[in-house]
Order: sequence, then C-alpha cells, then structure tokens
Amino acid sequence: MSMTPEKDFGTPAISATQMVNLEIDGFQVIAPAGTSVMRAASSIGIDIPKLCATDSIEPFGSCRLCVVEIKGGRGMPASCTTPIAEGMVVTTQNKKLADVRRGVMELYISDHPLDCLTCAANGDCELQDMAGAVGLREVRYNPAGENHLNSVKDESNPYFTFDPSKCIVCSRCVRACEETQGTFALTIDGRGFDSKVSPSQNQPFMDSECVSCGACVQACPTATLMEKSVIDHGTPEHAVVTTCAYCGVGCSFRAEMKGSQVIRMVPNKDGKANHGHSCVKGRFAFGYATHKDRITKPMIRKSIKDHWQEVTWEEAINYAASELKRIQEKHGKDSIGGITSSRCTNEETYLVQKLIRAGFGNNNVDTCARVCHSPTGYGLKQTFGESSGTQNFDSVMKADVIMVIGANPTDGHPVFGSQMKKRLRQGAKLIVVDPREIDLVRTPHVAANYHLKLRPSSNVALINAIAHVVVTESLVDEEFVKSRCDVESFNKWRNFIADKRHAPEATESITGVPAADIRAAAKLYASAKNGAIYYGLGVTEHSQGSTMVIGIANLAMATGNLGREGVGVNPLRGQNNVQGSCDMGSFPHEYPGYRHVSDKATRQLFEQNWGVSLQPEPGLRIPNMFDAASDGSFLGLYVEGEDIAQSDPDIQHVHHALRSMECVIVQDLFLNETAKFAHVFLPGSSFLEKNGTFTNAERRISPVRKVMPALASYEDWEITQMLSNAMGYPMNYNHPSEIMAEIARLTPSFSGVSYEKIDQLGSIQWPCTDDTPEGTPTMHEHEFMRDNGKGLFMLTEFVASQEKVTQKFPLILTTGRILSQYNVGAQTRRTENNAWHAEDLLEIHPHDAEDRGLKDQDWVGIKSRAGETVLRAKISERVQPGVVYTTFHFPESGANVITTDNSDWATNCPEYKVTAVQVSKVSHPSEWQQDYQAFSERQLELLAKE
Amino acid sequence: MSTTIFVPCDSAALALGAEKVAKAILAEAEKRKLDIQIIRNGSRGLFWLEPLVEIATDKGRIAYGPVQASDVTSLFDANFLAGGSHPLFLGLTEELSYLKNQQRLTFARVGITDPTSLDDYLAHDGYRGLKNALATTGVDIVKQVTDSGLRGRGGAAFPTGIKWNTVLNTPAEQKYILCNADEGDSGTYSDRMVMEDDPFVLIEGMTIAGIAVGATQGYIYLRCEYPHSHKALNKAITKAYEAGYLGGNILGSGKKFDLEVRLGAGAYICGEETSLMESLEGKRGLVRFKPPLPAICGLFGKPTVVNNVISLASVPIILDKGGEYYKNFGMGRSRGTLPIQLAGNLKQPGLIELAFGVTLRELLYDYGGGSASGRPIKAVQVGGPLGAYLPESQFDTQLDYEAFAAIWAVLGHGGIVAFDDTVDMAEMARYSMEFCKIESCGKCTPCRIGSTRGMEVIEDIMKGHDLNKNIPLLRDLCNTLLNGSLCALGGMTPYPVLSALNHFPADFGITNQADAA
Repeated sequence: MSMTPEKDFGTPAISATQMVNLEIDGFQVIAPAGTSVMRAASSIGIDIPKLCATDSIEPFGSCRLCVVEIKGGRGMPASCTTPIAEGMVVTTQNKKLADVRRGVMELYISDHPLDCLTCAANGDCELQDMAGAVGLREVRYNPAGENHLNSVKDESNPYFTFDPSKCIVCSRCVRACEETQGTFALTIDGRGFDSKVSPSQNQPFMDSECVSCGACVQACPTATLMEKSVIDHGTPEHAVVTTCAYCGVGCSFRAEMKGSQVIRMVPNKDGKANHGHSCVKGRFAFGYATHKDRITKPMIRKSIKDHWQEVTWEEAINYAASELKRIQEKHGKDSIGGITSSRCTNEETYLVQKLIRAGFGNNNVDTCARVCHSPTGYGLKQTFGESSGTQNFDSVMKADVIMVIGANPTDGHPVFGSQMKKRLRQGAKLIVVDPREIDLVRTPHVAANYHLKLRPSSNVALINAIAHVVVTESLVDEEFVKSRCDVESFNKWRNFIADKRHAPEATESITGVPAADIRAAAKLYASAKNGAIYYGLGVTEHSQGSTMVIGIANLAMATGNLGREGVGVNPLRGQNNVQGSCDMGSFPHEYPGYRHVSDKATRQLFEQNWGVSLQPEPGLRIPNMFDAASDGSFLGLYVEGEDIAQSDPDIQHVHHALRSMECVIVQDLFLNETAKFAHVFLPGSSFLEKNGTFTNAERRISPVRKVMPALASYEDWEITQMLSNAMGYPMNYNHPSEIMAEIARLTPSFSGVSYEKIDQLGSIQWPCTDDTPEGTPTMHEHEFMRDNGKGLFMLTEFVASQEKVTQKFPLILTTGRILSQYNVGAQTRRTENNAWHAEDLLEIHPHDAEDRGLKDQDWVGIKSRAGETVLRAKISERVQPGVVYTTFHFPESGANVITTDNSDWATNCPEYKVTAVQVSKVSHPSEWQQDYQAFSERQLELLAKE
Repeated sequence: MSTTIFVPCDSAALALGAEKVAKAILAEAEKRKLDIQIIRNGSRGLFWLEPLVEIATDKGRIAYGPVQASDVTSLFDANFLAGGSHPLFLGLTEELSYLKNQQRLTFARVGITDPTSLDDYLAHDGYRGLKNALATTGVDIVKQVTDSGLRGRGGAAFPTGIKWNTVLNTPAEQKYILCNADEGDSGTYSDRMVMEDDPFVLIEGMTIAGIAVGATQGYIYLRCEYPHSHKALNKAITKAYEAGYLGGNILGSGKKFDLEVRLGAGAYICGEETSLMESLEGKRGLVRFKPPLPAICGLFGKPTVVNNVISLASVPIILDKGGEYYKNFGMGRSRGTLPIQLAGNLKQPGLIELAFGVTLRELLYDYGGGSASGRPIKAVQVGGPLGAYLPESQFDTQLDYEAFAAIWAVLGHGGIVAFDDTVDMAEMARYSMEFCKIESCGKCTPCRIGSTRGMEVIEDIMKGHDLNKNIPLLRDLCNTLLNGSLCALGGMTPYPVLSALNHFPADFGITNQADAA
C-alpha cells in the first residue's frame, strides 16, 4: 500500500547464462555477462547517480552523472553504458567523481527553474533527488545567461502537459516513444544548447503522431511531462496494484491514490503482460468511474414508459426477485435467464452463472463472448482440446514470422501491439491478413512482408489456400504431425486440402489476393523457425468463424508451430475478461472449465457442491433469448455489465425483444442503452471499487483490487448474491477469495489457484494444477489437452456467406475499433478520450466515394437489408474498393442497426464483419436514428427526479 | 614539339585565380600559334606561390608564381615556355627549399600528377601496394600496417594496425571500410589535397583495407563543403571500376570491394566517428557511446574500420615499400611522416610532409617564414580548434604525439595556425567555447550546456567581472567537460581554453599569479 517507488536498476536486465565476477566499491558482485556496471552496482544496493538511464529502455550515456572509475582504465566511463567484465574493479564514489557530478548538476540547474516547492513533481523528481545526491549547494553561473526558462508549455493533450522549461533533454521520452511504444512520435529538434524535445514536426502533442500511451510521461524524470491530475491534486500517497479493465491484454497497474481518489494509473513494471507499458485507455481513461452519469441508487419502474423511482437496495432486490419468480410461476422455469459480461471479474461471472443454474434452475446463461470469441472457444477446444490461446505474450519475442489475421493490435491491443512491433523491429517477418490496411502494415521501422488484402468473408478460402501450399509444397512438419497429432485425421485433412480447388490460383477469385502472394506468404510462415499466428474478431465474427479458427489450428499443427515459445495460435481477446468469462462457465452449454452440462460426472459434482439438481440440457444463447422474447416465451432477463442494446447485431430486433420482456434487470455503472429498456436498475461497481480477478488473452489470472469504496455501496458479486438470496437460493460469501476457492475446488484447470498464490506470484496462467503449481505459460508442450493427447485436424470447406453483394447492396461493410475508444464506449466516451475520436466515421475508398459524389465529412446513409443509419464519410485508401468500414463506439451511430442476423454455424457468433450495404449522400439522420434519439431523450427525462 | 604546362586545379589555386590563368595561357598560346598542352595538376602545397605554373623542360619542371592572368602576356614575352627569365621565375620546382627538404611519402604524387588520370597514377608507382596486398593474406597486410607504426592521422593517433586487426578478427557477414573525410578542423586541408590532387591513393588505400579485413563495401563520408573533392573522387572511382581496380573481381583476384562517396550536411560533429556512422545510417548526427567499438559494432551494427583520409592514403606506400620502410621515418612511438598544414599569420603557409621529430620553430620560421604581418608570433594552435595554444616558450617541442601530450597539447590532424602578438587570447578562449556551443550535438550535458556557460563565463571574465569567482568556475567547468563529456568535442574544448588561460593570464585580466588558480 505504501508509495515506495519501484526500484530502477538503470538499465534493462540481461538474460545471459554466463556470469561475471567483479568488485564494486570493495564488494564482490556477480551478474550475467553484458550487464551494465550501473545495474550490477544497483543489484547490491549501490545506487550510482543517474538521470538519463532507466531500466525500461536501453542505455544512452548522455547525462554523465553515472561516471565511475575502473582500475586500469582511462578516464571516467559512464556506468550505464559500460558492460561489466571479469575481475573489473570499480569505484563509484571519490572526490574526482563527485566533482564531475556536481559540475554536471550545476550545469543542469543553471538552465532549470528554481521552483521546486511549487512544482508538480516536488517529491517525485529525479533531478531534485540527484541534486541532493551529488550535494549541489550553489549555482555559480550568471543567472542572466542563455536559458529555456521562458519556453511555452504545451497543454494540448487532455491528460498531461509538456513544459519544455523543465526539460533536461535526457531523451528518455524520445527513447520510450521509440523503444517501448514504437510510435516514434518524439524526436530532439535542433542541436547543442538548442536541443529540445519535439512532438512530430515541432507540433503540439495533440497535433503530432503521439498516441498518448503515457510511456514518455512515465519515463520523464522531471515535471516536464506530467499528468494533469497530479498538477491538479498533488502527488499520491499510497498505491495499490490492480489490473486494467479495458482490453484483453490485462495490463497490471499501480493505482496511485490520495485517500480513495485515484490520482493516476501507472503501469506496473512487474506486470507480466505489460512490463510497465500502457495505452491511452488504461493509463488515462479512468475518469468514467467517477463520472456524473454514474447511477448510485437502485431504481425500479413498472413499465419503460414510467419514470424511474429510486428505492432502497432491499426494495430493488426484492422487487426484481419477485418479478422473476412471478414470471417463472406463470411462464415456466425457462422463461427467464441472464447475461454476464466479459468486463466482470471471474468471481462475478461465476456467481451469475451459478445464480442462473442453481437459483433460476435453468441454463439460460450467456455472455458477450458469444458475440466475439465463441468460435475461438469452440475451434480450439475441438482441435487442441482447450479453449484458449497457446502462449504468453512474451512468446512473441521469440517469433521469427508473425502472421496477424483479422486483428488490429496497435488499436485493439495496443500494449501487446507495441511488444509485437518491438519484435518486428528486431527483424521478425510479418504477414498481415486483413481487408483493411491496419497501422501494422506500415508503421515506423516496421513493414509487412506481405499484406494479404482479402475480401471480407473469404477467410476460410484464404487459410485453405495457405494450407494447400504447405501440403503440396512439402512444407509439412511431418515429425510433429506424426508424434503429436491424430494421424488419421491429418491424412484425411491432407487429402482434402491438397485438392486443387483450394489452390491459391483457384481461390484467387474468392479472396481477391494474388496467388503468388499467398504462396510466398505460406512459404514464409511454414519455413520459419518459429511461426506465430495472432488473430482477432476478423476471424471469429463470420458465418464461418469457427471454421476459420479450426483452419488456423490445422495450419499451426501442420507446420509444427505449437508447444514451445515463439509459436502458437493466439486469439487476441477483445475485452478484459473474455477468457475468464468463458472459463467461468458462462456459456449455456458449459460449466466452468469448459465441461458440457450433459456430462453426468461434472453435473453431479456441481449438484453436490451447490446442493441443487441441475438441468442436463444447454440453455438459451443470447440470440435465442431475443427470439424467444419476441415469441413471448422469454420474459425476464438479468444483465450484468453488458450493453446488448448497443453491441448486438440487428439492433432493431434486439430492441423489439427487450420491449417484449416483462422484467429486464440491468446491473451497470450507467444508464446504458439496455437500461433504457429496463425495469430494475442495480447500480454496479467499477473495477476500482471491487476485488476479484481478470483473466487476459494469455490465460493470465491477475488481481483486481478495490482502491475506493463502491459508489453504490456494493460490489457486483454482492449484488448477485443478494438477488440469489432473494430468489431463495442462499449464497453466503464474505469475500471474492471464497468464490475463487470454490472455483478452484470445482475446476481442474484452476485447482492450484488461490488469492494467496496470486498475491505471491503477481499473476498465474492457467492451467494451474499440482503438476503446474505456478501456472502454464506455454500450452501443449508435450501433448495436446484432448483426451488422447493428440491434436485433431478437421476439414474446413469454404462456404460463402449468405451476405452477398448485390446491385442493391454493392458494398461490404466491416467493423472494428479504434485506439482511443473501447467497445460500446460506455467508459471511454465518458473520458477525455473523445478528443481523439468523437464520432464514428465511415471509411470509404476514394473510388467508391467518387462514384457516389462523396467528399470527406459528408453525411452518408448506409443501408443494409437489416436497417439504415447515417454517418460522416472519411475518404481513405486504408479500405479497398468495394469495402467500407466503421467503428461502433457511439450508440447514435447505429452501426448495429445495419448488421444482420447471420451468425457462425457452430456458435451463433454474429457476422459483424460482413454486411452488404449501399452508401449514398444524405442530408439528415436516418429514420431509426431520429426515432432512437427521441426514445433516448425520453428515457433520460424519465431518469430525472420527479 | 608541344610544351606541357601545369596549372593546378586544387581549390587553393583556384581560389587564387588558377582558372583564369589557365584560360589566359590557352588564349595567349593560340594567339601566338604556340603548341602547348595544359595539364591541371594538383597543388604542390606552396600556397603563397599559387597559382604556381610549371613548365615541363628537359631539366625538369620550372616554376613561376604566383601567377595572375594579367601576368600571362609578360610570361609569354619572357619565353617562359623555355624557362625564360621573369620576375615570377622560381627555378626548378623540385629545388625549391620548401619542397626539397620534405619527405613526401603520402603526398608523393600530389602536385605532380593529373589527379584523375589513372595512367598518370600508375606511371607514378600507383597501385603497387594493392598488387602486393592481393598477393598476400589479410593477416599479413594487417601485420605490415601494424609494423609500420602508422597511427590514426585524424587526431586520435590510435594504432591503425590494431584497429584493423580487431575488424579482421570479428566474424561478420558484412564489414565496412569507412573513410572519415569530414575534414572540419580549422587550419587543416591535407585530406582535401589528397582527395582533390591524388584521389587514387585514397581509393587504393581503402581497397587494401577492405581486402585486409574482409570488408566488401567502403564509404567515403565527405563534407559537403568539398565539391572539388567530390568530383575528383567520383571521377577516379569511375575510372577505377572501369579498369577493374574496384568492383566484384579486383584485378581478377576474385576479391570484391565497392566504394561510394556520401556527402555530409555541414555538421562538424559528424567528423566524430560514431556520429559519422549515425549520419551515414540516415539518423541525426548524435555521438554513440563506446564500447561497443566501431571495429566490432560499427556502421549498421557491423564491424567497421573507420580511418581518416591520411591514414588510408598512407597505406599504399606501406604495402608498396613495406612496413619497415615507413617505420624508419619518425621518432619514438610516432612513426612515419605527418602532412603538416601551416596556416594563419605566416608568410609561407602550405603543406609540409615530414617525418615526426621536426620542431614547431623550424616549421614556423624555416618553412613558414615567420609571421605574415612581420610581428612576433605570440601563439600557435596545433591540432585544430580543439588543440592547445602553445606560447613561444614551447616552440622547440618536437612534433611527436608523446612530446605534445607531455606539455598537455595535441598534434591532432597536423594543422598549425599561427597568431601574432595582436591576438587576444581571452577572445580565442571564448571562441573555443563558442565553437563547441555551435557544433555540439547536444547529447551529453557537459558539452550541451557547458559550452554555452563557458562562453558566458569567459565573457564575464573579459569584462572583468568577479574574477575571483569566475576563474575558478571556468576551471571547474573545464574539469567537468574534460572528464564528463561523451566525445572529444566537449572533452577537448578545455585544451584551447585552459592553455590560453595558463599561458596568457594577462589577456584574461589576471595580474598576479594567485588569481590564476
């Protein structure tokens, strides 16, 4: 809890096996070869003064404070840039060194404002610390000398300021932008005394290429780059390590606090997913937690036409329970259900599914993973035997060829995107499979070797073509297949995929990708020492989403790219706890740990533990719930932390379903879109207000820790517990750790997990069992998780989507997200992140725009067979002709008014990525938008106190 | 029979009107219907005589100078084509004492040949070193260079053979030979003269270096202020390729060496070898820390020989005549010869190549002829803008790396700039700090801030402000620069500053010795 700063060893750790012995100030030190003298000294507690060195970036050797003397050597080398050597004898403190250090510090301070007491970094300033360390007592230089004290402060970024008058030109920010983030937005402009940090071409930060990841702010040793929140509130007094609630990277953060107020979120250097890096969302966009839109009192109403009434918790819970019971009595046990969310903790999700299975007495539970990664769960379970990615993030640092399919890591998973870019800058090769030119295709010092710019909906044809090349050009890793895979299934697959209908030349007309490029890319991947595949929703959100996941799994097995570091099949999960919510049994057909509800042994285990009898048949999936609601057979819904009325496809159908229900209970932070159709509103708690765990895309279970009291009095798991008790199914947990203990007791892959161990290790990658007590970074190392231990090949016939372009709908709309906004935007839209992205835009190729007489910023109508909406146009060559693209962060955009009810054959994951549309210039919002705006405004009026 | 006339094309001669002289001679010869041939040779390096026109005669080349276009008619009238008497007549060039007593090894051809004529180069012992190199092993080439005692002529005086040996013994798929031709020191021009007046010797030296260490690519990083060097080098490189002295199969040996000239963009700091590499890689010219040494991790992260022009241009004669031959020149640990460049307030400025061991006084008075102004020489700066100022009392110092180090001075690149007694040494010290300020890359703190503060402190001293505080402050600052700087720019700026202060305290307003502390 204390504010003890994290130890800075000055230079990065070296992982060499050879050890070197040396002597520093008379002490014997042993450190890996290649370690700097500075780090070696730091490792035994000798902190050599430093300013330009910090252990997150490579040494630079510019400040000259860290000079030392080495016996037998000449002059005073910088300890940060001098590697240790056997038998070296180092002196870090003597009069000569002290004179030089004081001389350097006197120079620094001769061009630095003397306003320490009123400076935002007072007490948290390395320059101040070093002035003390070297014993600077006076600055003798003429104060009238040339200086930078009147430099103008840049306050353009909403979250931090840049004050060049305080800059010591150590280049830590520039280097962090390059090495850590990989954006290269910063540089030093001018030289000598005129050297100054310059965003892009000497522009304000907001006009520059800066992505506001915060790496520069983190690296800055002074108040030059400073969080505005610290300027406003002062330095924090304690810190709590917790986990970010945005994307599936699951960055570890120190929530730095003043009492119960978060002053800043600082990426945790020890975080195994992020290693001290962050993005604009996790680092800065936490203000939503205390936004004025937060609802903090429970509310109920009879009808969605009624005003909301604030009631006590007891009243709200009792009302909700009585309504659910009333509906069940009248319409049967199966007439109600619930939806949990990938944004909730593992413990909350577990509890919701438990409430539904044990309390509601049915299996009508689903999660938003339904609409994102359910095909991953299915496809990887079938082929590898486990519904999860195979690696940890760090594995990418050993990949030689990286294939990114239908994912946009620099926007969607920015911290991992930066790590991937780092590896690419080290020389790994890159294949991008995406209809759109994502940033990764060409970004500073990174260029894709191949960008297979396929047509949306042709994924399976493409992966088959790649596999065809592997099989027909003798690129199969026969040894791996023979020893690790189900050979019979492989042989069947080999015959299937070798057929010339899968050849790149044959599928070129489907994919639109030149056959030669596919052949070359296939060879590149298959011949790599380590080939790794990363994919996202561009793979899953298709009518053949599961087929594509299987296709990827087949390809990785056939080329032997599994079971070690540097390889693997890596789904990049969209939300913070997609992996966890799936693990926790929130699908209607599975108990925690992906065990089917029809499996008798498992069911009995849960029946015994939960003390109820459980249904052996799977319950309703989300789209089935909507259909049943419209039919009048499904009338009560408990939704925790998800906004189905914005995020689900064919939104008019969803709205109709919601209107048809008798009791919709929404548990959320805000009156979200779904809540506008609700009868009971239970105010939830943000990730800052509760304890629990999130599981990221690499199966890493990380702690979520309460840093402030729940604004509405209860953590979400407590609310679920109250509802369960009111429903008549008793729950009596005192802390989420007890829920985790139950999960561990009932789920083999979690059997070794406990809060104590998470605290001790920082995080744990499941499976965590007696065999793997500290977790499993790499899956399937010796055998696959299937019953017979063998990887299964499955056939992946390409079937064209029903969603086809026609004369009426000649363009394909595909959707995605952007760095600064998150998902439905409920959180990020309530932060300053809107400064980067204030509305969703329709990206359209110049040719298609030209055909329609469209200019940049024109209002365009987008019409599909499902509906119509209006957005502003952004003319861009990132999209190919025939394809348009938008994001879905703003409810008024109605991106999901247009998306259709097509879905994955195996899992019903919606085909968000493929909608045939027509686009035309319009002058006013669509009819849906006008209606919805009126509805939405009315709902906000109903919220106002009578 | 046609008479051959030599009119230099070296930029020193051009700056003094050589082009007009050449045109006037042609025009006059045509007028008089005389059969002449003009060869544009390099400069002999006797700048006070430039443009120095030479006539080829049976007895040898006869010199006239300094010749202006307006002198041409009278020269013809005086029958200078036959060596006729004229006020500008200087006699046989080789007999001029300034030249006669020199020991021209590296500059053996300079001023004699047509710089970009490969035939001329070959006719004057060119490419004999390369042929020997091709006939032996890399190890042996490096040994000969090591044996010769050649030390880096760019200023740091690091033994060339040891540097080459490191590159030779560092395995890599690609290695580079990098010639530092960013000759930016004030008062120096020997690199320029080699490149303009005998470019093949540099090309040959680099080719030998490449063969020695296994580097197949060479770059000459040339300052953009040397357009004539640029042209001469490119022309010579083209000819060397055409004749098989460069390229994929050098003289049929199967050995490969490619060479390219790259231009700098005007930054002095890019003459520092690591910034030079950064610049060549397309980055800001920022100094890199060492280690790693460029010989192990240099250009594009590959083992790289980075040598000065003169170092590389001295290699062909070493390979031609053997390391031992070269080593027999010089004294102590300073072996071979040094092309010394006399400049500043001297009657006879110019290029003098001599074995190490000559004294400053001999150079200033026997060669330089004393000050141009006729006033006493008060100080000389040796080794460029980062070299120390030496007072008259040190003029008997021999040119030798160790002898100079012993008096806290440097030989550097061999440039000597003389000042008479009108110079204000405090102003010179101030200027040294200003030079550092202007040219600092800005990476390390001592140089980035210290140069500006140094200038300001000296300005305060010059105004007589608080000497008791400012003189110790200046000394402390110099200590910080000297010990704390990342490279020699900040690290050596104290040499001129402190030498000026120590030898000429009166110029800083210090009247009693106690104040100088």
